[in-house]
Amino acid sequence: MTDTVLDIKNVSKSFGDNLANDDISLSLAKGEIVALLGENGAGKTTLMSILFGHYVPDTGSVSVMGQALPAGKPRAAISAGVGMVHQHFSLAPNLTVLENVMTGTESLWSIGSNVSAGRKKLLDISQRFGLKVDPDARLGDLSVGEQQRVEILKALYNDARILVLDEPTAVLTKLEAETLFSTLKDMARQGLSLIFISHKLDEVMATADRIVVLRGGRQVAERKVGETSKAELAELMVGRKVTRPVREASTPGEIVLEAAGITVRSGGVDRLKSVDFRLRAGEVLGIIGVSGNGQAVLAQLLSGTIGRSAGDLVLFGKGVGDLTVADAVSCGIGRIPEDRNRDGVIGEMAIWENAVLERLPEFSKAGLVDRKAGIAFATRIIEGFDVRGGSPTSRIRLLSGGNMQKLILGRNLIERPKILLAAQPARGLDEGAVAAVHERILEARKAGTAVLLISEDLDEVMALADRIQAIVGGRLSPSVNAEHVDAQRLGLMMAGEWGGASDAV
Amino acid sequence: MSALFDILASAGLWAAVLRIATPLILATLGALISERAGVLNLGIEGIMTFGAMVGWLAVYNGADLWTGLLVAALGGAMFGLLHSVLTVTLGLSQHVSGLGVTLFASSFAYYVFRLMVPVAGTPPTITPFQPLDIPGLSDLPFFGPAFFTQTAPTYLAIGLAIALAYLIARTPVGLAIRMTGENPHAAEAQGLNPMAIRYGAVIFGSALMGVGGAFLTLSAFNSFFPTMVQGRGWICIALVVFASWKPERALLGAILFALFDAFQLRLQTVLSGVVPYQIFLMIPYLLSIVALAVMARRARVPQALMQPYRRGER
Amino acid sequence: MRFERREHRSTLLVVATPILAVIAALAIAGVLIAAAGAPVFEAYWKILTSAFGSRLSATETLTRASPLILTGLAAAVAFRARLWNIGGEGQFYLGAIAAAAASAHLFAGLPSLLQIPLLFIVGAFAGMVLLLVPLWLRLRFSVDEVVTTLLLNFVALLFVSMLIDGVLKDPAAFGWPQSEAVDAAARLPKLLARSRLHIGLGIAVVIAFLIYFVQTRTVFGVQSRAAGLNPSGAVFAGVPLGRTLVIVAMISGGLAGLAGTIEVLGVKGYVTTDLSPGYGYSGIVVAMLANLNPLGVVLAALFTATMFVGADGMSRSMGIPTYIADVTVALSLLSMLVAVFFTQYRIRR
Repeated sequence: MTDTVLDIKNVSKSFGDNLANDDISLSLAKGEIVALLGENGAGKTTLMSILFGHYVPDTGSVSVMGQALPAGKPRAAISAGVGMVHQHFSLAPNLTVLENVMTGTESLWSIGSNVSAGRKKLLDISQRFGLKVDPDARLGDLSVGEQQRVEILKALYNDARILVLDEPTAVLTKLEAETLFSTLKDMARQGLSLIFISHKLDEVMATADRIVVLRGGRQVAERKVGETSKAELAELMVGRKVTRPVREASTPGEIVLEAAGITVRSGGVDRLKSVDFRLRAGEVLGIIGVSGNGQAVLAQLLSGTIGRSAGDLVLFGKGVGDLTVADAVSCGIGRIPEDRNRDGVIGEMAIWENAVLERLPEFSKAGLVDRKAGIAFATRIIEGFDVRGGSPTSRIRLLSGGNMQKLILGRNLIERPKILLAAQPARGLDEGAVAAVHERILEARKAGTAVLLISEDLDEVMALADRIQAIVGGRLSPSVNAEHVDAQRLGLMMAGEWGGASDAV
Repeated sequence: MSALFDILASAGLWAAVLRIATPLILATLGALISERAGVLNLGIEGIMTFGAMVGWLAVYNGADLWTGLLVAALGGAMFGLLHSVLTVTLGLSQHVSGLGVTLFASSFAYYVFRLMVPVAGTPPTITPFQPLDIPGLSDLPFFGPAFFTQTAPTYLAIGLAIALAYLIARTPVGLAIRMTGENPHAAEAQGLNPMAIRYGAVIFGSALMGVGGAFLTLSAFNSFFPTMVQGRGWICIALVVFASWKPERALLGAILFALFDAFQLRLQTVLSGVVPYQIFLMIPYLLSIVALAVMARRARVPQALMQPYRRGER
Repeated sequence: MRFERREHRSTLLVVATPILAVIAALAIAGVLIAAAGAPVFEAYWKILTSAFGSRLSATETLTRASPLILTGLAAAVAFRARLWNIGGEGQFYLGAIAAAAASAHLFAGLPSLLQIPLLFIVGAFAGMVLLLVPLWLRLRFSVDEVVTTLLLNFVALLFVSMLIDGVLKDPAAFGWPQSEAVDAAARLPKLLARSRLHIGLGIAVVIAFLIYFVQTRTVFGVQSRAAGLNPSGAVFAGVPLGRTLVIVAMISGGLAGLAGTIEVLGVKGYVTTDLSPGYGYSGIVVAMLANLNPLGVVLAALFTATMFVGADGMSRSMGIPTYIADVTVALSLLSMLVAVFFTQYRIRR
């Protein structure tokens, strides 16, 4: 093809014993949108980091517009016209939009910066692609969607001809995501070439021209979008048919946890605004919302790490005021934190210490830790929850994400909690581990545990929850029965359009 | 009351203010630029000590005063390089390696000094920088002796503060430094080399600390003795926070601080016998602590300060 | 070149680390000795014999090690919980002056068995208070405690200087600024007759074992370790972060204060502003050399004391400035940092 803009040939890269990319080839034509589909750890990000010069490949080459790209030089990739939009934005909240965009675009040795020319160029581009921003706004004051716009503008400002987007919709509402995809298609029509990395089949089918599937570091398939189906892609991506556990019908028991008009203020802002919900034994209540809308605060409140400013929390029919962590643990609330590396474990401590840390009073006598009992407890979890990759005395940091999560699940579920608070329980896990986590949650539900599931993942909530409430800007929607909603309706709810409709609890 | 007024109205006080402020300005700027790139340099106290010693030693051995300052800058840069290797390349705790650099630089300075200059009854001296006579300005009544009888390095320090304020706010390299201190990953994504930028900022900053120390032996005094830096480095670290990481405010902060210091020195003589002199000597340190407490929450700290940067690791 | 985390650390490596670090520091110091024109190995030999060559020198070295063990423990305990207490020097002096004042004025005449423990409490309390101020500033105003504890060292020393030049001044000292002597009953019993070695050494070693036990076996030990390693993880697990830090600060400041108390009761009997040749700062090096292990602190303190006492003797006979000891100790801190890094990471191309 004459209009090939990017040619990745036979690229391999290993980290230690782990072969992250195994002989991958990929080409991209002018005006084309290619989706790179694969699970976590399939090698997508590694491949793009090689393209962008963050990593040096062990073998293979990358050429842009027919010119070979020197390996390991981000500067060269940028000047060849490759732009990258990272999943975790590469932006500085304390600097202005214009400063973020202009960093590194001028010679470091020039005496002054041509700010007015930079501003003009930025505004031109933002107009051309319909990406509106205020150049002088402090980046940290912008919404997540606007920040992503800045990230895209940054690439375009560097005259990118090839744009790589890494999981671009992970942080967007459905509405924002749709806007983004129409912008991307518009860009392709204007002659840009795009690669976007995703594991969401809907997006891929709706947006891409061509789909390349990676699995375990290998390129397993390449399909034109018209010649494949979601089912086929799913199987290619996972490598086998994965069946996620199915929720069986059940009758919920009595109300175990009730929140009435709960408000949490911090830093002068209401993070939660008069939130109401009821949770019954043996049911899963899904709280769905785009990240940053107050779900983290709700999880902290119920975990006992922050207090409330107003409203009542009723546990097993009794008002409890503010929960402390010790209260939560002792009255049988199992807690799975949203960020397991930050909150869930102490990486440098042993597995057994992590297993008992939140219930040290039970595992100590007269202030002395009962190491033997702790190790026995950890052994029970490891065996009962199929935790692989470590013994009770090895550091927990050595476990993979999935096994770490199984340990966290285990230390909560092994004692049969009455309530399970699960915040983003499957985030960042591969398909096999997701299925295992979901299975455990449904088992707990069956055993009568009341589960509060906080998630951003529509599929997860629809698969597990009996009832669903959306959280938007710190407010909680009325609850709807999971049987009566589809993705469309949930998308609207996550955007704040829940109207007056609700199903009775 | 009138005693207080007399102190404030004396030209000598204001001349002393700028003299006391100069080493603080230089070293604060040094700490500031390296913190802007994301590296806290607690080596400052030792680097100032080493700069004071090595600059003085060069002049004592026959070099001219400007060469002495240059030698102090190079000496400072050397320890900046050491701190960079430890904190930037290896990503070690900036607190601990900074303290290590301070302990090493100051003990090394004392060792070299003792080796080169045998113990004597009175410490050997050099001829320090002399006040610059600025035609017209130096002869003004009050203002002349108050503000225009400084030595050349003082004017250099003030000029440098203004130049760095411009550099950080208005030039591409300033923006690159700020971005590295806020988010080194973003800097790398824009094709910059955050490691190199941090090295540059730390080494340049340490050179300034060295010069700041050398001002003490080459201009303010004329000899070197151990412990002469007396915590000025730590005060500069506090001044950086007080200045919200802005060079122009660092200049003001250092002058304000020096004003208090010069004022208390004169108050000491007025109140001698009534209030123990140690109370006055405590004031600068207590003032720094108060400044920290007032400013710590308000200031916009560089987001990546003290966070090691490793490629590909988030 | 990149660095990769090691998955497993062998025990051998962990034990070898400080030894390699010290050897590296001695090698670099050797270059400096050679630069001064002295024979390097002879100088090392002189250091060793000056520190342990006679009964007198050996007891002197052990006497020097006692306060270093305590200030080293003070730093190790605090650093483990990520409380950067660099104020050991100031806490040492406050502990010393508080005990001296209390002995001369408050408890004078009390029998030793009662007076000495009371003075320990008073001295430890003084050190505690001086560290609680910066901790409060950190918890209340988010002020970095490194700078505040450093600045308070100067304030504390000036405060002591003011007292021994004022209200606590010894009128019998011919105008020299020094505190009144402590009560005779407050002097610590000697461990060995005809030497300066006092029971402070035994107390320091016992405390090191005690802290080791607390850190490894007790609920508080596990919680404070968690708080240091991952504060937000610790909070999620219900560790009361503020309270843990306050207790850690009390132990750390208390130990440094106790070091000052023991030094004044055991060695000098009165306070001057040169009571400590930088014990507070050297304590930081001792703690780092020990990799924050309380039992390691005892050995690291012994090494540091050997360097200081040995270099004194060596310098007298060979004309090398005694500062070589400070240089070597500082260098061993830096090389220890690098050595610890390489036990955790390996180099990858």
